[in-house]
Amino acid sequence: MKTSEQSLSNAVTIERKNFDALFASLIKREYQIVGPTQRDGAIIYDIVKSSNDLPEGWAEEQNAGTMRLKRRNDKALFGFNSTVQSWKKFIHPPSQRLWQTKQSSGKPAIIPEKSKKQKLAFLGVRACDLAAMGILDKVFTDSPFTDTGYRIRRSDILVIGVNCTQAGGTCFCASMNTGPAISSGYDIVMTEIVEKSRHYFVVEKGSKVGEEIIKELPSAEANVYEIEGAEELVNKTSSAMGRKIDTTNIKELLSRNSENQRWQQNAQRCLTCGNCTMVCPTCFCTTIEDVTDLTGREANRMRKWDSCFTMDFSYIHGGSIRPSVYSRYRQWLTHKFAAWHDQFGTSGCVGCGRCITWCPVGIDVTEEITAIRMSDKNNPSITLSKENK
Amino acid sequence: MTVTLEKLTKDIVPSQEMIPEYFRIIRTQKNTHDTFTIELEPPKNGFSFAPGQFNMLYMFGVGEVPISISGDPSDRNTLTHTIRAVGSVTRAMQKLKKGDFVGVRGPFGTHWPAEESKGNDIVIVAGGIGLAPLRPSIYHILSNREKYGKVVLLYGTRMPKDILYRKELEQWRARFDLEVLATVDRAASDWKGNVGVVTTLIPRSHFDPPNTVAMVCGPEIMMRFSVQDLLKRGVPVENIYVSMERNMKCGIGFCGHCQCGPTFICKDGPVYPYNAVKDIFIKREI
Amino acid sequence: METLEPLLSEHPFLKGLDPKHLQLITGCASNVRFDAGQIIFREGEEADQFYIIRNGKVTLQIYTPGRGSIIIDALTEGDILGWSWLIPPYQWRFDAVAGELTRAIALDGKCLRNKCESDHDLGYELLKRFASIVDSRLESTRLRLLDMYDSNP
Repeated sequence: MKTSEQSLSNAVTIERKNFDALFASLIKREYQIVGPTQRDGAIIYDIVKSSNDLPEGWAEEQNAGTMRLKRRNDKALFGFNSTVQSWKKFIHPPSQRLWQTKQSSGKPAIIPEKSKKQKLAFLGVRACDLAAMGILDKVFTDSPFTDTGYRIRRSDILVIGVNCTQAGGTCFCASMNTGPAISSGYDIVMTEIVEKSRHYFVVEKGSKVGEEIIKELPSAEANVYEIEGAEELVNKTSSAMGRKIDTTNIKELLSRNSENQRWQQNAQRCLTCGNCTMVCPTCFCTTIEDVTDLTGREANRMRKWDSCFTMDFSYIHGGSIRPSVYSRYRQWLTHKFAAWHDQFGTSGCVGCGRCITWCPVGIDVTEEITAIRMSDKNNPSITLSKENK
Repeated sequence: MTVTLEKLTKDIVPSQEMIPEYFRIIRTQKNTHDTFTIELEPPKNGFSFAPGQFNMLYMFGVGEVPISISGDPSDRNTLTHTIRAVGSVTRAMQKLKKGDFVGVRGPFGTHWPAEESKGNDIVIVAGGIGLAPLRPSIYHILSNREKYGKVVLLYGTRMPKDILYRKELEQWRARFDLEVLATVDRAASDWKGNVGVVTTLIPRSHFDPPNTVAMVCGPEIMMRFSVQDLLKRGVPVENIYVSMERNMKCGIGFCGHCQCGPTFICKDGPVYPYNAVKDIFIKREI
Repeated sequence: METLEPLLSEHPFLKGLDPKHLQLITGCASNVRFDAGQIIFREGEEADQFYIIRNGKVTLQIYTPGRGSIIIDALTEGDILGWSWLIPPYQWRFDAVAGELTRAIALDGKCLRNKCESDHDLGYELLKRFASIVDSRLESTRLRLLDMYDSNP
């Protein structure tokens, strides 16, 4: 993380009334801008054209299994925390055609799908979601194989990050070391500050393009009070976070607790609906569907998001590898928090809390991992405390 | 601004793995009541693979399945797959004839340590259709026979009618440099061969356990017990290899379906050193 | 006359047995030979012997009306055939048929039974050895019960 001294030379302030200059600069550069907007009682990411489209003055109340919007008593543009969906849908589409094939007299033809390169600007990316994009990059581009479509979509995305200045009800990014402050992977990063008489942004560049854009905006050099004020807000957010996960040796913890009673107890509640996998910013699993036209002479190969919570997911001739609810929840959680380290050298969880909010029965992953840790037979802290008694 | 995929991928080397190529069928053969073999003609430059690797085979409009390659790795002009008709795709493939086309992506995955095991005795333990992924290994070993010590093939099936590659097994059995033992779970009284599970052949066959490399392929439970009997005979645990099977949609580690513990079978498998998957053998519903 | 003792003492099944016990067992042993297709014993008959197969092949069969005889196990060189002589009511449960020319050592079960009753050390040694054979046969049977090669289990 940058020190205040470093920031001093970089940071500028942009007043709220000048914020739309950012839109103008992005549009001039032919970016399609995607940002938060309020729709149908929720905040989602979609195309935004000006600051009018942003959820001004809205916040959301989140808890396990619930989310509702509420009015803020100010006019903050980014006064909410996490949206329903992450940015995943723009870089790893929920449904996409891979190729088409057509019967002919001889060898059938294969027509690969032509991906359009979109020039997108993501406005308002939170630290957790930015970390999630970094994780997806590892999954799709940092292995023996590269997902070309992903790489193309991802390569030209401009990231404008926003530091979180309040903790959401289900957030736990601080304990996953991904937020609330954005530390890398951005072109521009902002902290929104709403005071009684002044509403402004402390803005820093993170790349050459970011620097060029900032130069075009009406701004002033940020002073030490403004910079420290922004940092203090973010720090407060970190300490105000209500949930956390102790990630100490979590891989080993989960590996030796594959038969912990807690999985079975949780299975009494889990509906295997797969909501958690759909809202998760890093869940990447897909399935393939073959769609033929009525004549049967043309077929389309579709790739769609899939969830490890379905029976079908692990089906091999004869049956599903994971028929029981407990094994499917265990697969999801163990993959995310343990196997991910083996596969991609990082945790698969960024602490955005969406899986907690959107679970219809309010299963809380932080609670589950804590329960497993507490009932772990090899937990040294537990044995110690017993001995002390 | 619109840029086509082709233009952008020009400099990106590995990327076309999701797009199959159609191969023409040059021969089909019925092996057993539910198993058949198709031989495909690779276009242009031939097809190279290592024993134990698999391809994703696409049946027009129906779907795609991972199928291990069962032919001779030294024959670059024929791609052979032995397939059991168990699902919609494989049942549709059963109806294919000479001249039809099958989409092929691959080869994917890890291979049997056939080449790496020169100088050792080799024990191959196969159950049911599990002989198919091992056959390329057998071909490789037989065509370099002098480089290996004793070579043993142990094969178990449910009934005599389920035995794959019967003619070939007879030819192999007739060789003096290969011990072939087959067994069935049950048989009518006219059956002259062994009866009993394939693991019972392990103590009966002839090899030098400390210098043996074992390759085991079949139903998971059969592999589990075979490994136990190999260990009992003194085959070093690090010399035992197994081939795993899971649902698979992409073959290149993106779809997530084939996860087996912390590994992806498509990339880290299907052939594993037993040590790498022994926990998975024991854990339930992993 | 050459006795069977050296042959028996080398067999994995009897290896490590007290020489005194081995001598007792040798006293109950005799060489036998079965031609291909010859019935060694039939289900329901009195079980008063067991066999150490020296070479050849013996199949264990169950006769099912309508399906004929089904082979449920096949024994070869080195295997032990039969343990019903050890457990009441001392009756064979299966048919045993020589699959080819088979040579074996037959051991008189009745005679051994009596010796085991009077010498429990011998009884325990033999039971232990038979228990391990029963164990491996049971494992093999259980695995086959799974019908593990079936495509639609």
